[in-house]
Amino acid sequence: MREPTWFVWSRRIGLTLLCAFALLPVWVMVTTSLKPLGDVQGEFRWFPSTVSLDAFVEMWRTIPLGRYFVNSLVVSVIASVASVALALLAAYAVSRYRFTGRQLFSVTVLSTQMFPGILFLLPLFVIFVNLGRTLGIDLYGSRPGLIITYLTFTLPFAVWMLVGYLDSVPRELDEAAAVDGNGPMGAFFRVVVPAAMPGIIAVLIYAFMTAWGEVLFASVLTDESTRTLAVGLQGYATQNNVYWNQIMAASLTVSVPVVVGFLLLQRYLVAGLTAGSVK
Amino acid sequence: MITANPAPEAGTEARTGSSPVRAVTRRKKRQWLPYLLLLPVVVAELLIHIIPMLIGVGMSFLELTQFYIRNWTAAPAAGVGNYRFVLQFDEASGKALLHSFWTTVQFTVIVLALSWLLAMAAAIWTQHAFRGRGLVRTVFLVPYALPVFASVITWSFMLQRDNGMVNHVLVDQLGVTDERPFWLIGDNSFWALIVVEVWRLWPFAFLALTAGMSSIPAEQYEAAAIDGAGVLRSVRWVTLPNLRSVNQVLLLVLFLWTFNEFTVPYTFFGKSAPEQADLISMHIYQNSFVTWNFGTGSAMSVLLLLFLLAVTAVYLLLTRKKDVDA
Repeated sequence: MREPTWFVWSRRIGLTLLCAFALLPVWVMVTTSLKPLGDVQGEFRWFPSTVSLDAFVEMWRTIPLGRYFVNSLVVSVIASVASVALALLAAYAVSRYRFTGRQLFSVTVLSTQMFPGILFLLPLFVIFVNLGRTLGIDLYGSRPGLIITYLTFTLPFAVWMLVGYLDSVPRELDEAAAVDGNGPMGAFFRVVVPAAMPGIIAVLIYAFMTAWGEVLFASVLTDESTRTLAVGLQGYATQNNVYWNQIMAASLTVSVPVVVGFLLLQRYLVAGLTAGSVK
Repeated sequence: MITANPAPEAGTEARTGSSPVRAVTRRKKRQWLPYLLLLPVVVAELLIHIIPMLIGVGMSFLELTQFYIRNWTAAPAAGVGNYRFVLQFDEASGKALLHSFWTTVQFTVIVLALSWLLAMAAAIWTQHAFRGRGLVRTVFLVPYALPVFASVITWSFMLQRDNGMVNHVLVDQLGVTDERPFWLIGDNSFWALIVVEVWRLWPFAFLALTAGMSSIPAEQYEAAAIDGAGVLRSVRWVTLPNLRSVNQVLLLVLFLWTFNEFTVPYTFFGKSAPEQADLISMHIYQNSFVTWNFGTGSAMSVLLLLFLLAVTAVYLLLTRKKDVDA
């Protein structure tokens, strides 16, 4: 179709504005992280007066950023790996078999994904506290406790996205594996899993990202020793001073791995994210 | 129904491969296998979702105040007392809940409309290839890829009254107003939160709409062009009708996400949201952990869930009926 001039111009202007809107916080984050403290206390500056890496050094000292970092990493890695491992088996069953209860299972998984987190937070809080009191299992304030609560959101969408990916693996592959003498599980591990690997990694990354950014559960169910980044970053605001350059340096530091991972796997992620909602 | 792959009813002929005979034998022999595969997830779902939810419903009928949270079996029954309490709209707490509910409704409607319009415009602009399209699409994904707490904390810096970027542009550079407005408290906070939420959300809508548009056959546009349709008409008569099912799901998902939004206001306002931007999840959270009355907190959560279920059910009924008519 030939594009009229007004459309081309509206596109140029519109897309430029939208890109500016999308990148504005990134600009502020990057430039502010390079500013000395004096630059962020007065009027806003678009550029640092002098480029300084102080914020990237001091940010580790103002708050226990390193500890928060490790906490976030441990909790997010375990939660995402565990949920993908469990979800992969379930997704294989849903994708390759027709059985009684299949529909019920799919609908339950999908709907719990949409429930408000606060609905699970209060009971989980009470359960954790009472398990600690009666059985001596200390889940409240612990990493395992947080990991369990993170499964409430990583597990459903991992199932959901993986069903989409496994559906896109041709069934002829299963059959070829069966001809070679593999049982269903042999076919699953030798053929289906390798073929769906890009999708599996995409789900892993996506689960990691959501766990990495989670705030609701972490704000209540962690203590000083298990606090994660998402909650801990608030600590840069003291009563007398807000170290904006350090907040931005820390935000940038914790964002880079996730953004790079996302953009590298963009193609697979986009396919998986949209498969759940669009198909 | 929103399922990724509309399955045949469970009772009908099973087809696991292109060969029905083999599929049937497999089905008979291995009928236990799918259940075994599902078992870990079903157990996990029970432990982290179903049981906590039932306990949550139970809690809403208990007088679960701070004295009983550590020993909840001792909490006295409250009957429907918690529900009666939170729905007393002539009392302060009921009024606050109603106010928070309406704030959330307005917030959701505005965010949905803006996100969808931006995403739709961007998707139409990037539908046909041009130089730099790949780069633009990648840039649009950045807000979605950034961790929420990192990007929203940046927005709260940009919207600081004295040293923020927005007031620097509005007051110092453009001179729109002389007085530096507050963005994180007062009436402006509602609009500031909307901007941040739209910034965060519209890329997802863009992804979904772009994916939907990529599967529209080019012949339909060619046919429309032959009939003399311009850009706007082909959007109206080709793009939009083809996106019907995408939009049906997309709007529902966006609605549920926005209505339940917690991370953005919590990070943006730093734990205590101003009254003008008091979204329902934040409201329930603050109420529960300030008063430590989990009984009323649970009652509010249950009411929220019932509302969301009702909206979803009505929405699915209405949109499906239209599908039949069409």
